[in-house]
Amino acid sequence: MQHAHLVLADGTRFSGTAIGASGETTGEVVFTTGMTGYQEVLTDPSYCGQIVTMTAPQMGNTGVNPEDLEATRPFLSGFVVHELCPAPSSWRATGTLDEYLREHGIVGIAGVDTRAVTRHVRDFGAQMAAIGTADPERLLALAKAAPPMTGRDLTGEVTSAATHEWTEGTGVWGPGPAASPRHHVVALDLGMKRNILRCLVDAGCRVTVVPARTDAATILGLAPDGVFLSNGPGDPAAVGYAIEAVRALLGRVPLFGICLGHQILSLAIGATTYKLKFGHRGLNQPVKDLVTGRIEITTQNHGFAVNVDSLPADAKLTHLHLNDGTCMGIEVPSKRAFSVQYHPEAAAGPHDSRYLFERFVASMERAAA
Amino acid sequence: MPRRDDLQKILLIGSGPIVIGQACEFDYSGTQGAKALRQEGYEVILVNSNPATIMTDPQMADRTYVEPLTPEVLERILERERPDAVLPTLGGQTALNLALAMHDRGVLERLGIELIGARVDAIRKAEERELFKQAMEKIGLECARARTCRTVEDAWATAEEIGFPIILRPSLTMGGSGGGIVERREDFDRAIRWAFQQSPVHECLVEESVLGWKEFELEVIRDRADNFAVICTIENFDPMGVHTGDSITVAPAMTLTDREYQRMRDAGRKIITEIGVDTGGSNIQFSVDPKTGRLLVIEMNPRVSRSSALASKATGYPIAKIAAKLAVGYTLDELRNDITGTSAAFEPTIDYVVVKQPRFAFEKFRGADPRLTTQMKSVGESMAIGKTFKEALQKAARSLEIGRDGLSSLLGRVDYRDVRDQLRVLRATGEVVDLVRPLALLGDRPEATTEELREALLEIIRTPLAERLWYVVDAIRVGATEDELYEATWIDRWFLRQLREIVDEERALEATKGRPLAVEELARAKRMGFSDSRIATLRDEPVAAQRESREGAGVERIYARVDTCAAEFVALTPYLYSTWGEQSEAAPTEREKVMILGGGPNRIGQGIEFDYCCVHAAFALQELGYETIMVNCNPETVSTDYDTSDRLYFEPLAFEDVMAIVREEKPKGVIVQLGGQTPLKLAVPLARAGVPILGTSADAIDRAEDRERFDEILEKLGLRRPDGGIARGMTQAFEVAARIGYPVVVRPSYVLGGRAMEIVHSDDELREYFSKALEAVEDAETQTILVDEFLEDAIEVDVDAVCDGKRVVIGGVMQHIEEAGVHSGDSSMVLPAHALPPEVLGAIRSSTRALALELGVVGLMNVQFAVRGSRVFVIEVNPRASRTVPFIGKATGVPLAQIAVKVMAGKTLDELGFTKEPWPQHVAVKESVFPFHKFPGVDTILGPEMRSTGEVMGVGETFPEAFLKAIWATNVDLPRSGRVFLSVRDADKQAACDLGFRLRELGFEVVATGGTREALARNGVEASRVNKVLEGSPHIVDLLRAGDVGMVINTTEGAEAIRDSRSLRRETLLAGIPYFTTVAAASAAVAAIERMAEGPFEVRSLQEYHQNVRFR
Repeated sequence: MQHAHLVLADGTRFSGTAIGASGETTGEVVFTTGMTGYQEVLTDPSYCGQIVTMTAPQMGNTGVNPEDLEATRPFLSGFVVHELCPAPSSWRATGTLDEYLREHGIVGIAGVDTRAVTRHVRDFGAQMAAIGTADPERLLALAKAAPPMTGRDLTGEVTSAATHEWTEGTGVWGPGPAASPRHHVVALDLGMKRNILRCLVDAGCRVTVVPARTDAATILGLAPDGVFLSNGPGDPAAVGYAIEAVRALLGRVPLFGICLGHQILSLAIGATTYKLKFGHRGLNQPVKDLVTGRIEITTQNHGFAVNVDSLPADAKLTHLHLNDGTCMGIEVPSKRAFSVQYHPEAAAGPHDSRYLFERFVASMERAAA
Repeated sequence: MPRRDDLQKILLIGSGPIVIGQACEFDYSGTQGAKALRQEGYEVILVNSNPATIMTDPQMADRTYVEPLTPEVLERILERERPDAVLPTLGGQTALNLALAMHDRGVLERLGIELIGARVDAIRKAEERELFKQAMEKIGLECARARTCRTVEDAWATAEEIGFPIILRPSLTMGGSGGGIVERREDFDRAIRWAFQQSPVHECLVEESVLGWKEFELEVIRDRADNFAVICTIENFDPMGVHTGDSITVAPAMTLTDREYQRMRDAGRKIITEIGVDTGGSNIQFSVDPKTGRLLVIEMNPRVSRSSALASKATGYPIAKIAAKLAVGYTLDELRNDITGTSAAFEPTIDYVVVKQPRFAFEKFRGADPRLTTQMKSVGESMAIGKTFKEALQKAARSLEIGRDGLSSLLGRVDYRDVRDQLRVLRATGEVVDLVRPLALLGDRPEATTEELREALLEIIRTPLAERLWYVVDAIRVGATEDELYEATWIDRWFLRQLREIVDEERALEATKGRPLAVEELARAKRMGFSDSRIATLRDEPVAAQRESREGAGVERIYARVDTCAAEFVALTPYLYSTWGEQSEAAPTEREKVMILGGGPNRIGQGIEFDYCCVHAAFALQELGYETIMVNCNPETVSTDYDTSDRLYFEPLAFEDVMAIVREEKPKGVIVQLGGQTPLKLAVPLARAGVPILGTSADAIDRAEDRERFDEILEKLGLRRPDGGIARGMTQAFEVAARIGYPVVVRPSYVLGGRAMEIVHSDDELREYFSKALEAVEDAETQTILVDEFLEDAIEVDVDAVCDGKRVVIGGVMQHIEEAGVHSGDSSMVLPAHALPPEVLGAIRSSTRALALELGVVGLMNVQFAVRGSRVFVIEVNPRASRTVPFIGKATGVPLAQIAVKVMAGKTLDELGFTKEPWPQHVAVKESVFPFHKFPGVDTILGPEMRSTGEVMGVGETFPEAFLKAIWATNVDLPRSGRVFLSVRDADKQAACDLGFRLRELGFEVVATGGTREALARNGVEASRVNKVLEGSPHIVDLLRAGDVGMVINTTEGAEAIRDSRSLRRETLLAGIPYFTTVAAASAAVAAIERMAEGPFEVRSLQEYHQNVRFR
């Protein structure tokens, strides 16, 4: 067991032992409060560039398995846990979490007072940090030198290299057999979680995934019934090309965006975004659907949000965060475009918001009629 | 959808007396519910027969009925009160069943009363097995496959279809008798025939066995807008086959991936929706095949439950309070989370691990089958919070107070070969044996080899037992492999590995013997939950040295907050637990504060009554302007509601843990006299450590408890006590017994609840007692036995008083209905004392005053007296809260505990205006309830060892009326006509004639055994004769079995007669026939029947009764 430190750019240090790959790493330190789904967190491309602190104290209990991956590999910069389980127990496990981290070069730290980290981030905001076994002073220097999240476009690191088809649904883990494909959806991959694709397939979509820098003409050239704008990492305002593409697509084809996709749609219609102090990351975030009045318990993972007051007149607020009243969803009825800040595909998290995929399908159906 | 304005008055049903399976958790939920509804401006009417509850405090509701929870009585209350609605989901199964009864009798419809919180059809769908199964099929969920069969052929066909192993559950048998698991085809025929034979309706459920599967629970909540949230997930350490109340349980679930968990969550949502619980909480149990992940629904409870209380304490989310608000129309998004100020429509997330461990009381029930099954047997529980499962498990184990320092080993203290052999006898013959016999009894045997121990343990742990956790850990210690352990127990490998990590750490600590511990080594052990004393034991050093070196090294615990949100938001409520980390969040205030030590897990003799006192202490101290700090580890209680005190520490009540809180908070004083024996035991060590103890000094407590010092006081005051003496060892005991003559009462000193107290009649019995008693006091070094004269035929009296050091005011003088010899916690009592001459009462009062002043009591004191003729004997004095304090509160309206606490805080009784003894104009009777139904095979005769789990109160204009209500409240009905059986010892023959005469006057037929019948005949009371059991069939037990007897009056004398009448007692219990073992109680029962014959009586609220209490 090798001593390691997590050092924040403001000089705050936490000590622990090294887990995962050896070496050093830097990233924006954030925390997520989900008690299940560490494997999904690890492989959620939206965490690219971040050091993720798990508030649940015992990680790795169920090991890792190939079914629960949200991407081909993890993209996050570092992993902070209280305790790492060396030997998992699950009928689906094919390996241990530590092996997985090592295999994919993820530097982590265990034995940390993760609650103290969380409280620090909560009170002083997300900031850059470094993990490593090196001298803490050196880690501090690394943390200070790391580029901040604001203004960073990270989609290039996480998007698909080439256009491809996606055909797998949620299968035995879903609510039932997938509907037969009736609509062609082009999904703009800004760092997309696989479960979004699976949910689209379940809802009856034939899905073509295109790289982040695909322009509107190319997308329209694929003759989609609808275009999906995915989640992804980084500052939405920095992803100019995607905003431009969406602006060109608006009104031409039904649009549905999730998380970063939601922010990009908002920016495309003229709204603004801002960085939250420490974001929303967890599986228990209450959202109210302002149309139906129903509450959804949602999965969230975002550090930026759309400014409600900046929404143009033809856009309406559809979903609200019950805790802090932030914007959780918008709709531009005239353009058949809507989006949510949270993750209806869950993975990890509750399935309360799956109806949004149906809503997208309905929107495509109305457009075709 | 906001608050419903069409409702004004809401009636809340409580759960009645504490029984196994229904304990303090319903006081917690009922209290929360009542508070929530009153906050909303509703008029709240409360019904509960249990006087020891906080919910029945007169200020908790507008009107409080401490009346029997029977359909007849509830109907009368509903007629009198005419509420707009009844909320039945906070009072356990009792309340739900009563609500159904009110519906079935047409009462709700006739009076236009709405049921809120659960619909009748939803309750039925959840509770009736077939309806539930159909509902699950409808929504595509699986239950264990099963069919109810009536013929052997059908049963065979069903078994073949399902596949072996099979579980047989014969219908309508008690304690699941006749049922069990059938592993192999060749055993099935015999088993199913036996099952049919055992079932009175010749019916048996043939069910797929899921024994050994993983078991999970979800605590869910839903509002009328169909919003749904999972408040907590719980995983059982013990796999399927052990009742969840008897299992070690863990929150959150530890071994589910998100996909698996979300599948369960989806199922939970479908279930609560399909069953139709529109507003409120439910508990849903699932099992998961560890090999394939197949998910089965086991059952759901459409109400708050023990698990929801645990979930509330584990997460900080007040389920009962929210459920009450949802029931009156709110939706989740309209409610706030008290702890964070954010929305209540969310799912709590926690950044710690919670472990609950059950507490058993098998030592109180000799002859009870110790195997854990699907029928609950535990009487209480402890909960602990830690950063990891390992830490929480060891904390919870320490909190149990069963003499185990965490997972300390029993190797060398228990002969596991013998346990295995005893268990074999039990399995093979069903004959109940003493599982763990003291080594001293076993004689000289060659020491077992490690291999022998390993084999014995691997066999023992196949059977779920109360202490299986410790056996499993011992098995690890002697080298059992993970595969072997898993194969023997089916406890998930993840848990087994956690246990192994603890054992590995033990070994590492042992290896440090003789050298100082490095800071890192120490910190690692503490993080795993090892206590200072355990580390010291493992390292072979004095605990004080260990503690000093730890403190010197600066290895100190931190306090973290339970905040529902894993620190995402700032917690407004200081609900704290200790763990090991970098930053403490205790943030003690500068206010003047008092710390209250609670009672720990419920057990026989220490339960809700003490929690009541602790809660009252918090109320009283808040009134005086103090900040109150509660320390307790029992998740069922009101004291551990974060609302009750200003700060709550959910911690073990052990010296190390309490001292750490004292250091953190620096209270003005600590209250130890309200939580029962648990905090009292800490008085001396805390005082020695310089902690200010509020109220009666530790020395005064010692003077009252130490026999020799107490005798000096009695001598000084000229008070009489039963003759007796202290015996150190058996020889001395024989000498004392010979001097005073048998029968004698024997007990170890320093015991609670009459633990190991017995009446012995001969040298032989005394010898037998010694071998057992030494086992009972295994944690007390003392082998000192008190041997006292047994005052036969004496009447016992309990007195509770408050003293401020100068003035003594009596709260109540309670006369026992049973004669001396029955533990005061078990015997029924009446207040005011209804049949004692004034001079006796005078002597009792003056003795009480003298004792309180001599001891220098500041706070509460309880004295037990025995009265024989006009002579008054002091049996014992306890300068602390007693079990009867809440009863007095309900009977008189005087909150004795609150007054006492204010006195402890420095007020005088004069200042408080409490200078006179309350004297009610009505009569209140306290009656006890017993768990004998859960323990077939146990003798039900009452004695000096307490065995009741709870109590009820009956209030009436007269003694017979109050007694009748108390009997009803224990769920026993007295006969109005038919046959009464009378069999009494010689001394009672005259009294029996009087009883016989009165019964005949009432139109009863009397049957009697030979001698009694002759006595009756001589006095002109007609009776027919029936054989004693020993005299051969047809005898009285045959008559009872035939259902031909409506009441039994049977007094016995001497050990032999007591043994002979055992089958009689057993049979009356099984048949639910009222049974009286003393003339005093029988006479009260006959008076109650006479009262019944006079016609109906009134129900009345406590608030009305209390208006008529006088003081003198």
